[in-house]
Amino acid sequence: MLLYSSITKKVFMALAGLFLISFLCVHLGINLMLLKDDGGRAFTEAATFMGTNALIKIFEIVLFAGFFIHIFFGLLVSGQNKSARPSPYAVSNHSETAPFSKYMFHTGIIVLIFLAIHFFDFYFIKIGLVAPPPGVPAHDFYHRTLLLFSSPWYSLLYITCFVVLGIHLNHAIQSAIQTLGWNHSKYMDAVKVIGSVYSCTIAAGFTLVPLFILFFRR
Amino acid sequence: MKFTLKIWRQKNATAKGEMISYDVAGISPDSSFFEMLDTLNQNLVMTGGEPVAFDHDCREGICGTCSLYINGRPHGPVKGVTTCQLHMRSFVDGDTIHIEPWRAKAFPVIRDLVVDRSAFDKIIQAGGYVSVNTGGVPDANTIPVPKEKSEAAMDAAACIGCGACVAACSNAAAMLFIGAKVSHLALLPQGKVEAAMRVQKMVACLDELGFGLCSNTYACEAECPKGISVANIARMNRQFIGAKLFSEKEKTVRDSL
Ligand code: SF4
Ligand code: FES
Repeated sequence: MLLYSSITKKVFMALAGLFLISFLCVHLGINLMLLKDDGGRAFTEAATFMGTNALIKIFEIVLFAGFFIHIFFGLLVSGQNKSARPSPYAVSNHSETAPFSKYMFHTGIIVLIFLAIHFFDFYFIKIGLVAPPPGVPAHDFYHRTLLLFSSPWYSLLYITCFVVLGIHLNHAIQSAIQTLGWNHSKYMDAVKVIGSVYSCTIAAGFTLVPLFILFFRR
Repeated sequence: MKFTLKIWRQKNATAKGEMISYDVAGISPDSSFFEMLDTLNQNLVMTGGEPVAFDHDCREGICGTCSLYINGRPHGPVKGVTTCQLHMRSFVDGDTIHIEPWRAKAFPVIRDLVVDRSAFDKIIQAGGYVSVNTGGVPDANTIPVPKEKSEAAMDAAACIGCGACVAACSNAAAMLFIGAKVSHLALLPQGKVEAAMRVQKMVACLDELGFGLCSNTYACEAECPKGISVANIARMNRQFIGAKLFSEKEKTVRDSL
């Protein structure tokens, strides 16, 4: 993997990234069920389905592989890029660039930290690596979520992370398309718009849940 | 006009360099950036100093020899021009101007503002050509080329190999340069024959030279004096992926014996 050509590394990153982006959509769909006023029935049902269905279990492995490839190549490429300019400029660069595109590493690291927190909060509890908080059974994601979002600080952290993810995705989608060589004068502008709309939807959708719980479910 | 210049001075490739401050006065707004530097060098020579070394040749924006990273931008503040086409009227009287060499591992500084860009030559040598047998000169127009294709090829061929794309890139990647070189040959029937081999060889060479990897910030396109489009990078990626997936393994001499 270390010896792959520069373009191959980026193609892997792009494909894994696009897969992760499609997964976010599914995750958002399940999260939005929390907004339903049914005592968490729909949400729990969906969570149980995701946790037990055999096909989903296989997909879970693919998902972890996606995370691994994207993060591994992301770190590798960033390291290589750092070493490509050993002596920096005295005046920092003023060139016009795609919005926030220079900060993909930084936003990526913040999302990675969030991912770690998220695993501790849910996945590790589910598989029994971490003890659940008192009074909440290991598989009760609904009450676990309510408990977490009852803290305004946690909600703020969560919202911040999703805004950062939105910024990451805004560049990521059109960047992946460009890396895969699908840049074309006919539709590249549309790709950029769709990418921005998608990333805003993801950021707004995930943010809606803690806000809703904070203000309407207390 | 008068200016304070902060210029990177470095005796040779191994010496440690630093930014040194100089003042120049009596500069006409219509003089070019290089004429302004010539004035500075004249003053330096007259006072027994070492003139500042910088690259230049045609001074009309066609050869790709000039460079200079001026106030945080390759080729200075004006879009679509090389440093040799930059005039002092683009600056404000009394300005402090920072002048640095291109910075990239693959472009080591040789002296002051001069960097070694032979990495680009190596990339071209790796595959940026069309192999032809010697013989009579073919008639013009024996190979028909569609108008749009020839236009697109010409647009890509406008690249003068200056390296501003590498200098501007936060990753010091050379993708715009190589994208332009791969594209302008691959778009023409003469270059198509070797396209799959060419792109693989040129990318392999690029990877050995220590350039960074493109993260599609598009600073290159914004700074390219010849307006080369990043669509050329995508075209190269497309060809590279296609070549890796579908092209036959190249036959060695031994295979064909
Ligand atoms: S692509 Fe543009 S910036 Fe890069 S070397 Fe060619 S002319 Fe210079
Ligand atoms: S000196 Fe030839 S392009 Fe500037």
